[in-house]
Amino acid sequence: MRLELQSITKRFGSFTANEDIDLVVEPGQIHCLLGENGAGKSTLMNVLYGLYRPTEGRILVDGSEVSFKGPGDAMAAGIGMVHQHFMLVPVFTVAENVALGAESTRGGALDLETTRRRIREISHRYGFHVDPDAVVEDLPVGVQQRVEIIKALVREAEVLILDEPTAVLTPKETDELLRIMRELRESGKSILFISHKLREVKEVSDVITVIRRGRVVGQTSPEASTSELAALMVGRDVSLTVAKDEAEPGECALDVSGLTVVGDNGVKLLDDVSFQVARGEILAVAGVQGNGQTELAEAILGLRERATGSVRLAGKELLGRSVRQVLDAGVGFVPEDRSTDGLVGPFTVSENLVLDLYGDDRFSRGPSLRRGEIAANARRAVEQFDVRTPSIDAPVQTLSGGNQQKVVIARELSRPLELLVASQPTRGVDVGSIEFIHEQIVAERDKGVPVLIVSTELDEVYALADRIAVFFHGRIMGVVGPGTPRDVLGQMMAGATAEEVLGGAQRHGHPHGTGHGATDPQDPNPQDPNPQDTKEQA
Amino acid sequence: MSSKHPTPRHDQAPWASGSTAAGVAPPPFENELSTAAANEVVGVRSWRTPVVLALLSLVALALFGFNAPDNRVGFRVSEAGDLFRVPDLAVHGVVWGWLTVAVLVAVTALALLRARAGAHLPRWAVLLFGFFFVSGFLVWVVGSSRTPDVSLSGLLAGSVALAIPLIFGSLGGLLCERSGVVNIAIEGQLLFGAFSAAVAGSLSGSAWVGLLAAVVGAALVSLVLAVFSITYKVNQVIVGVVLNVLVSGLTGFLFATVLEPNASVFNAPPRLPRFAVPVLSEIPVLGPILFDQSVIGYLMYAVVALVWFALYRTRWGLRTRAVGEHPKAADTLGVKVNALRFRNVLLGGVVAGLGGAFYTLVSVSAFTRDMTSGAGYIALAALIFGRWNPIGALLASLLFGFASNLQSILSFLGTPVPSQFLAMLPYVVTILAVAGLVGSSRGPAASGQPYTKE
Amino acid sequence: MSATDAAPAAPGRQAAPPPTATTPGAARRTWTGSALQSVLAIVAALVLGGLLIALTDDRVVETAGYFFARPGDMVSAMWAAASSAYEAMFYGAVYNPNGNTLGQRVYPLTETLTVATPLILAGLGVAVAFQAGLFNIGAQGQLLIGAALAAYVGFAWELPVGVHLLAVIVAGALGGALWGAVVGLLKARTGAHEVILTIMLNYIALNLVAYLLTRPAFLRPGSSNPVSPQLAETAMFPKLLGEQFRLHWGFALAVLATVFVAWLLQRSTVGFELRAVGANPRAARTAGISVTRGFVVVMVLAGALAGLAGVAQVAGTERALTAGVAASFGFDAITVALLGRSKPWGTFFAGLLYGAFRAGGVTMQSMTGTNIDIVLVVQSLIVLFIALPPLLRTGRDRARSRRGRGSAATEGVRA
Repeated sequence: MRLELQSITKRFGSFTANEDIDLVVEPGQIHCLLGENGAGKSTLMNVLYGLYRPTEGRILVDGSEVSFKGPGDAMAAGIGMVHQHFMLVPVFTVAENVALGAESTRGGALDLETTRRRIREISHRYGFHVDPDAVVEDLPVGVQQRVEIIKALVREAEVLILDEPTAVLTPKETDELLRIMRELRESGKSILFISHKLREVKEVSDVITVIRRGRVVGQTSPEASTSELAALMVGRDVSLTVAKDEAEPGECALDVSGLTVVGDNGVKLLDDVSFQVARGEILAVAGVQGNGQTELAEAILGLRERATGSVRLAGKELLGRSVRQVLDAGVGFVPEDRSTDGLVGPFTVSENLVLDLYGDDRFSRGPSLRRGEIAANARRAVEQFDVRTPSIDAPVQTLSGGNQQKVVIARELSRPLELLVASQPTRGVDVGSIEFIHEQIVAERDKGVPVLIVSTELDEVYALADRIAVFFHGRIMGVVGPGTPRDVLGQMMAGATAEEVLGGAQRHGHPHGTGHGATDPQDPNPQDPNPQDTKEQA
Repeated sequence: MSSKHPTPRHDQAPWASGSTAAGVAPPPFENELSTAAANEVVGVRSWRTPVVLALLSLVALALFGFNAPDNRVGFRVSEAGDLFRVPDLAVHGVVWGWLTVAVLVAVTALALLRARAGAHLPRWAVLLFGFFFVSGFLVWVVGSSRTPDVSLSGLLAGSVALAIPLIFGSLGGLLCERSGVVNIAIEGQLLFGAFSAAVAGSLSGSAWVGLLAAVVGAALVSLVLAVFSITYKVNQVIVGVVLNVLVSGLTGFLFATVLEPNASVFNAPPRLPRFAVPVLSEIPVLGPILFDQSVIGYLMYAVVALVWFALYRTRWGLRTRAVGEHPKAADTLGVKVNALRFRNVLLGGVVAGLGGAFYTLVSVSAFTRDMTSGAGYIALAALIFGRWNPIGALLASLLFGFASNLQSILSFLGTPVPSQFLAMLPYVVTILAVAGLVGSSRGPAASGQPYTKE
Repeated sequence: MSATDAAPAAPGRQAAPPPTATTPGAARRTWTGSALQSVLAIVAALVLGGLLIALTDDRVVETAGYFFARPGDMVSAMWAAASSAYEAMFYGAVYNPNGNTLGQRVYPLTETLTVATPLILAGLGVAVAFQAGLFNIGAQGQLLIGAALAAYVGFAWELPVGVHLLAVIVAGALGGALWGAVVGLLKARTGAHEVILTIMLNYIALNLVAYLLTRPAFLRPGSSNPVSPQLAETAMFPKLLGEQFRLHWGFALAVLATVFVAWLLQRSTVGFELRAVGANPRAARTAGISVTRGFVVVMVLAGALAGLAGVAQVAGTERALTAGVAASFGFDAITVALLGRSKPWGTFFAGLLYGAFRAGGVTMQSMTGTNIDIVLVVQSLIVLFIALPPLLRTGRDRARSRRGRGSAATEGVRA
């Protein structure tokens, strides 16, 4: 099936998400749509899938114009979509999820047997290994994704849209997905592959269309160089490097040992995790989303019930204390999702700037808030951190993502810290703000504060880390130096210990991550492939 | 409305208990790393169930044990005109009281052990506890009254009669909530159904027209609920609460202004006929409950079965449940989320309307101000206590009907228990239920959330 | 140290959360829109109520019989029915021009303030809970328990002047606070939904008070009716404007409570915490605020305010505890708080308005025979119309309702 978009424009009010986009997907082709987050990829896909109506432009299927009033029309036209956030009902079985919306019935009653048969057929044909009667919420992410693909195939999709399909996958699962995509192509399906990950795009695409700020900025082939693609994507030569001096680690400040966190359903989300962070160094925690990093940050802050082990900050135990007490011990915390955890949307900028400080003597006297001081603090922070806001009394939810994040960072850095824990500090933030925020974090390090960064973004890890701890299934696969090659981290993120990847002599990649640190001088790390790393460790 | 906010997905390990799912993907690493196994699962301890059970056991100890009536307690099974005779059930108050206490303590101990191991109490144990607590209470309360002898069939048949509007109400609520709309307005639907049935039945002289009017009237209340909460995304609880006030005021006003002054014209509906199935209705205990009912009573059994079948065995049911759990997923598969919700809310009104008709076409032959007196809220409680399941809602409604029937029977028998405490029973039970006795009582995940396309 | 060699220039960020899609104008518009919207809603509700009055009027029904012959008759009969009812309501609520003395002429206004007192207090109880994201449908039960405790202290204890009234006030607040605390504690400890809890506790309170009124300790000596003894003179609120008016110092208590709640919410650390819990519980928790403690605190506070409404009833107007002492003030309080958009002064004025409806409704019923239940109709219509977007709001505002379910209650209030 040949799918064609002709000068598609989509506006939301005054905001133009897509402008004049032309795109052709040939049959049996993997066409990649490459662009940064917020470039308008997902909007375009939603237009294509009938979830949005285009403001202008036409969609053609095999040369004839179609108009989608909803996903049902798109599906009928042979378009299937695998959403970034899976569209699966967690409490339903695979068969129920697949049947939903395209149920076959027999005498008024639901006939799931037909669906089960189709699932088995498809599963067999493409090597999916999916049990139609498994309950979806019990399945691993990779399998859930295959259920999504089955949903599209059952509906006889000829064009599959995959929206950021690898964001939640391990490198290994990603490879498996790429295999499946090639297999689908062989069977004549077309695939529209949305991603911002250059490696995958180059590996699997036949054609690459790059979009930036809602416009197509170029079309190229997978032979194009990585830097060429990156430049097209962001529109200027990018370097994510932060100008930072070498770390000067002091004594060990944060000592996490044997930290175990059990979730509500009894799953060990963190399993006997141990590591240390010294004053004046940044330890970055890397890993695919959902491998315990979130729980690590939450456990340190005291947000987690059922956390055992020990988290000592300058010798004082933090575990078992309330969030208030942990904050009072000098822990600054940047949560991974600012809109749900970091900010109170309807509160003003100045209120949000004292969200965890309002009880401080600076901002309250007895039971009363000192509103003058709170306003003065806000003016200072807005100035210092260059927060773009119409006023300090504007609700923070009216600010852009980058400025919201600056509010969070400004608040957390507005007092002397003993430890900074920052999860995804630049997620969904514009490039200019990223640099600024990174500089602030490094500056905090240079003041001698121990810093723990959690990031699923390897680029950010490389940009900030003095050491890197890799998490997998709630365990530390190893703590390695900042120069560790990408593929080594990738294997560790898929469950290999540092020892296994780098060879047995590797000391600091102990499976349970009994972290070495700057305080761990007996580790010369002779086998490290990266000499720079060795130098840094020593 | 869910008693618990759903855990955001990233809080759960997506691979949790992946080992139970068949057909897991090939191992993540070819060279079979032991460390690459899925996360370990350990028990999570929750003391909620043992604590609640222990409290109830203490109550049982104090009342059914130490305060046991030292006499024979009789439950008449067969009545005069029954098909055949079954010997009466009789127990001694003290014996049954202490037996009850023993069983309750044993189940509590089991719950304690299970909780320590991080496991849930098996369902049979919960049911056992429930049966003995109820029977122990019954023996105690009947035995302590002046006439320690009661007709079982009268007790049960009366309970069913009182439960009928509750059952319709909770099923109506269920249709709304399973598709993601919280329905606090059950009370208003029952009341307006009763009102419409009375007026239309009186004017037309036909109870059947009255029944139809009840359905239409309650559906009108639903329509307002749907327009506000689905179309305009106004908070569903607010709309529900306000609708109840509106209906109460409107029917109260019209009752005083129109119905009362011209009662013979507007407020004298004919009754719906009652059919007793020959022979079958004479079976002891079960006969009157199952085979000697009004039209609405038979309809009740049919509707429960129908809703259950439709919800779990039809295309409509699959879509309804999907829309209540994950509306966006349903939307991406071409299910019209808001249209389906709208229809189901209307349907919920239709069902609740049947319950409303029971008041003026079966129970009493006239409308009075606020005559439903909070039944809608009890129906809501039954819906939650019954875990959003039609059968559960039926059983919970029957339990609540039983409680209120017991109240009137006991005042007749001369009981030491103040009637107000019996009247409180459904509400206390519901609080215990939402506070943890029924454990993970999980409502539809998307209930209460308006659905908007992004 | 530089990481460039290891990190190819791939600046893409992973998995950005959806942009916080709030239009800057939305918040402002709800504010500027709110006053006009409220007025429009009140007018629309009154018009509909008037239609209802007119259509059930005997004279109108009569003229409708020959509507096609003389349609004017019916129109004027309708106008007469509705306008005379509302006129009577106005006379009963604001100013009675037929009064002989100034006192008689302004008596209705004082009645409005009297009736508004429990409405304001209980309304504040609902409003503070809203601000913390809780839907307190339990004002009725809290009011009842507060009234029961206050009444008991009022008739059973003998205390000096001043101290006695103070004890009554404290007892009422404590009673309500206790009933609210049950909700807060259960919600905090078990996650049970407060809507269910409060509904159930209302009925439990009602039955409990009915039970108390069968006990000798609460019964008026020599009476078998469920009525408590009269409160002692020392336990009663003094009259505010002299004996010829029912208006008592409880109204001043309501004003004080409004001032206090306004201070608490906007200017105190506790209020900051409560509002944060209401607007975004997760962020509040991350900021070191105990959400569960917030639930308990706000329900204690809400219950205490509703309990004060009970005090206003027993120590202000009724002078004794009966099962009906709460009337429907606890439920009306919900609509009061909604109309007042759960702001303290908004609630105050909404309470005044609904007090006027109630006070005027009594006069209306006696003067024109219009049933007082019409007041319930008008009240609920007002709240519905306020929530009805087509009246003023545009589609863009609706996008806001997508945000956060934690703030569902407050969201609805805004809507």
